Amino acid sequence: MVQQKLRVTLLTGRTIEQGVGKEAGKGTKEYFESTSMCYMDAGDMKKLGIKNNTNIRVTTSNGSVVLRAVKYPRGAMPGLIYIPYGPWANAICSSDTTGIGTPSFKGTPAEVEPTPDKPILTLEELLRSEFGR
Amino acid sequence: MSTTVNAVTCPVCGCLCDDIELTIENGVVVKVKNGCAMCESKFFNYKNEHRNKTPLMRKEGKLVPVSYDEAIHKAAEILANANYPILYGWSSTDCEAQRVGVELAEEIGGVLDNTAVVCHGPSILSVQEVGIPTCTLGQIRHRADLVIYWGCDPWSAHPRHLERYTTFTEGRFKGSEWKEYMNKVKASAGKKKLLSLERREIVKRKPEPIIEKVTVNKPPETLGKAGRKLIVIDVRKTMTAEVADYFIQVEQGKDYELMLAIRALVKDHELDVDQVAGVPVEYLEELVDAMVNCDFGVIFFGMGLTHSAGKFRNVDVAISLIRDLNRRTKFAILPMRGHFNVTGANTVSTWQSGYPYAVDFSLGYPRYNPGETSVVDVLLRKESDAALIVASDPASNFPRKAVEHLVANPLIVIDPHMNATALLGDVVFPAAIVGIEKAGTAYRMDHVPLPLKKVVEPPEGILSDEEILSRILEEVRVIKSQRMQEAA
Repeated sequence: MVQQKLRVTLLTGRTIEQGVGKEAGKGTKEYFESTSMCYMDAGDMKKLGIKNNTNIRVTTSNGSVVLRAVKYPRGAMPGLIYIPYGPWANAICSSDTTGIGTPSFKGTPAEVEPTPDKPILTLEELLRSEFGR
Repeated sequence: MSTTVNAVTCPVCGCLCDDIELTIENGVVVKVKNGCAMCESKFFNYKNEHRNKTPLMRKEGKLVPVSYDEAIHKAAEILANANYPILYGWSSTDCEAQRVGVELAEEIGGVLDNTAVVCHGPSILSVQEVGIPTCTLGQIRHRADLVIYWGCDPWSAHPRHLERYTTFTEGRFKGSEWKEYMNKVKASAGKKKLLSLERREIVKRKPEPIIEKVTVNKPPETLGKAGRKLIVIDVRKTMTAEVADYFIQVEQGKDYELMLAIRALVKDHELDVDQVAGVPVEYLEELVDAMVNCDFGVIFFGMGLTHSAGKFRNVDVAISLIRDLNRRTKFAILPMRGHFNVTGANTVSTWQSGYPYAVDFSLGYPRYNPGETSVVDVLLRKESDAALIVASDPASNFPRKAVEHLVANPLIVIDPHMNATALLGDVVFPAAIVGIEKAGTAYRMDHVPLPLKKVVEPPEGILSDEEILSRILEEVRVIKSQRMQEAA
């Protein structure tokens, strides 16, 4: 039975591809491809009926963003999604600093739905849609 | 003409590897030896098309090229007129530029903060509360026989950490486990080959259904072996976890519980439950045995602790665990610092103002209260009225709500490359790349200062962070003295 939506917990963090992309330059294709994606558990992807590289919409109480879903290659992490640090992750992750100054970059409740027809915004498009510049 | 430069310090991550060999031809780096993927990416791409070539200023909504003089005057005007400006970034530049930054923050009464605030800020808070039993990476390289990575993935974020400082390094008293790891890889490759043959029906065997599930496995017998052991504790199986002797998958947000359970076991208490944070207690007992029986153990921790629920409390309990373990054997703990000079940013800020980050100079003297004087909170409360960003990209790495206020006010950016923050900026300065085009000093994650080399010339006319900041500071002082004269 394919579900329309899935409740998950959002984690953000580093990947080696994101690291290589950021050193090459924030405007490079490497950086775009490595930060506008979202690792998902294979079982969770099955529940949503999506394949590798399908676009998904991830929504939290802070906003929503379209990303490319990628099956996490190294074992299970049911109920978790992992987005590498970058403007796309930060469009939706929690800004709650819990009184000590550091935002909660890991552990934000989120919802995932398949949106195979929706495009992923480029860096310029994303900034324009968010900040009008 | 080609020249080789030895012992170059890599200006990428907190490992600050200082054994990089560069070959330079006609003023361009053409070969990188010993570096990781990120290091190569930095040395090969520093001159690419995304480099800022001239200062830019926003005029009628568009960024247009201007001279350094005009941009410096504009930036100084913005900062001198601001009531509560933010000075943020600092972790990807040298200590020399950071020192000017502190002076500038004091001069204009701003909030000086560095990237530790979105990174290891909670660790610093914990260290200030409970202290830290730590050591340098050299000691770990030569002596550590148990290495635990908790909530961090050096294979992705600090690629050469294992090879230079921990399990895969050939120390004076402890050998490398690299061969063992290679054997494991070969065995697993053999298994994959067999599976592939079965799939192609060259070899026939009834296929076993592969069911992926959370892997909390029994500790392997090798946990009791002699030599270096590597344990990874994380919420997902990371690249580092794949090479580890033992991987424990903890439930998300439950590191604190797990750590407290380990503390209890180290103190020989009995636990009345079967499992903690998804890990059976009997496995934990074996883990604790390995910890207590090692000669010298070390825990490295990362964002898994500082960004998850509990934040500085997670680090607090980790340090307390080390204290307990030190009653039984020898243990140390180190945070995995991200940017190559974030440790330097904390150190410079501390020796100049007394505080490592989130320093507020608005009252004329330094005040420190993370949660209030930290830059994300200042932005969320919409209090700042200008910002100077040095060698950082908060528009990419801050939550959106904080960035909204950042870009609503005048924004000055000093960065070698075009990034999200520079795209949104009002005044953008190009800078020479520290560690490639400018020499300086940086602090490794274990607080060892290392020299950064200048290996090539910066593009013509491009100034360094330090020079740009010094000139802004000079100009701010001129503007302020003019204002004093006018008032008098």
